[in-house]
Amino acid sequence: MSLSTQQGDEDGQYVLIAKLDNARNMSNILKAIHFKEMATVFATANGIKVTVEDSKCIQANSFLQAGIFQEFILREESATFKIDITVLLECLNIFGSSTLPGATTALKMCYGGYGSPLILWLEEGGVLTDCTIKTLEPDEVLDFNFSSTNVINKIIMKSECLKEAFSELDMTSEVLEILMSPDKPYLRLSTFGNAGSTHADYPKDSDMVESFQCTQTQTNRYKLSLLKPSVKALTLSNKISIRTDCRGFLSLQYMIRNDDGQICFVEYYCSPDEELDENDDR
Amino acid sequence: MRFRGRLVDVACIQHFTRVVSTISKLAKNYVLRITPDKLYFILNDSVTSGGISIWCEMIQANFFDEYNMDGVSAEFNEIYLDIIGENIMRALKSAQSAKSVKVKLTKKHTPCLTFDVQLPSLSVSSRNVVHDVPVNVIARRLWEDYQEPPMPEFDISIYMPPLRLLRNVIDRMKNLSSYVILSGNGNGEMNLSVETDMVSVTTHFRDLSNPTWNKDGELEESQYEISQDGQSQNFVSARIDIKKFSNFLIGQQMNPSKVICNIVHNKVIHFFLIQDDLSLQYFIPVISL
Repeated sequence: MSLSTQQGDEDGQYVLIAKLDNARNMSNILKAIHFKEMATVFATANGIKVTVEDSKCIQANSFLQAGIFQEFILREESATFKIDITVLLECLNIFGSSTLPGATTALKMCYGGYGSPLILWLEEGGVLTDCTIKTLEPDEVLDFNFSSTNVINKIIMKSECLKEAFSELDMTSEVLEILMSPDKPYLRLSTFGNAGSTHADYPKDSDMVESFQCTQTQTNRYKLSLLKPSVKALTLSNKISIRTDCRGFLSLQYMIRNDDGQICFVEYYCSPDEELDENDDR
Repeated sequence: MRFRGRLVDVACIQHFTRVVSTISKLAKNYVLRITPDKLYFILNDSVTSGGISIWCEMIQANFFDEYNMDGVSAEFNEIYLDIIGENIMRALKSAQSAKSVKVKLTKKHTPCLTFDVQLPSLSVSSRNVVHDVPVNVIARRLWEDYQEPPMPEFDISIYMPPLRLLRNVIDRMKNLSSYVILSGNGNGEMNLSVETDMVSVTTHFRDLSNPTWNKDGELEESQYEISQDGQSQNFVSARIDIKKFSNFLIGQQMNPSKVICNIVHNKVIHFFLIQDDLSLQYFIPVISL
């Protein structure tokens, strides 16, 4: 394959080298968090984390663990940079995003360290594409300080049953209210739009619910416009874990199985919609 | 001046529709030139409106069962009509499942191309749809504006990779930049690249072949011979409007057996589609930096 013809000694100059037999595995996971142009990439020996944020209220992370790459070399402890994720996705899909069997795009991705561009080599059917994408100064990413010890309610369920509810959310409503409770109605999603309110209730003993650990009744509102992009992750995923902590912060974790059967994770954090007169002292 | 033709075979009707729709996607209005043997679709855009030229010729006998024409005079036995692609497409839309289509130059309150479409019918009475497509007859003195563009003196001539593959790549590149640089060499290599502030992307196609042309500008059959001189390694390039290129790739509904790309360094790109008896030439001028 053409990718292997890149000389080995040339690779020495790169801090990060990652090879993937199927570029779709990466582009799919990135699509799940593609709601803003810019993303922060953070690479460690464990893999690559890509973060997208909006309005300082929502953060989405995609994890590409080292294991999904056929080759993953990181010569420094970590590497971080900001990149235009729209451009990155266009490059990853340069040969089209069709799902023709047998036609996969091989990818080699290199990064030369602070200030250097991200270089991609893509190959499909003997045609080679090279891309040089400029990297930018990384932004500080938000720390939502979401710790599992403070989690009050947690539900793990199959994504299927939420897909419909989320894709049909009444977008005229400003907020999505999520109620989680150890008692009825257990899990309720509500919107309050121009045409009226909607409620979707999920029982806790349904086949769809894998784990139900709610300790107290909690009702929080989240800006619908901020949560809407998470539908992309939901449609790709098999399972979802919904958690809220004592401050009402929401964590949505999505388990996504890629074409090769590997499991990847995407997570969304969202802060609750606070009343204006309240002091936000976090 | 007289013209009437009749398309009978379903395959012919569909083939004809595909050709017309290909042209109509590339140009809003264009010129139909009718001669005793051939039909031509011609576009000669002025530089201000993009500078695109199209030259498509087809042998009438391969499409029409009946074909009669008398030109403006015995000496100039040709007809030039200015037509609007959209209108002609609408007329052909109802011919999708037709038994036959009659095309006739008629004089209503204005000159028209009349499409008389005979649709299949279950009863004895026939079902007909008639479209009158208004056209402009182009005067004899303006004909010279619509002559075949000369074969450019290209620096490189190269066979294009599969258009479907190219279309995917250009589709993506279109989202990154408004211009694409197409370059090729005599060694069967072709590159497409876009460059913006944020990114530069180059797609390399290899193992294509370079056609050989004889002195009369005709294609020779021995096309797999690659000259090995030092010249052949050098790339010549042309920077073109990516939308025009993409329109060409998306719009073409023919199934060409050969697509040749001729590049005149920093001047023009000339695409040459050949499908059996049919040929389409498409010129895209270079947009310099």
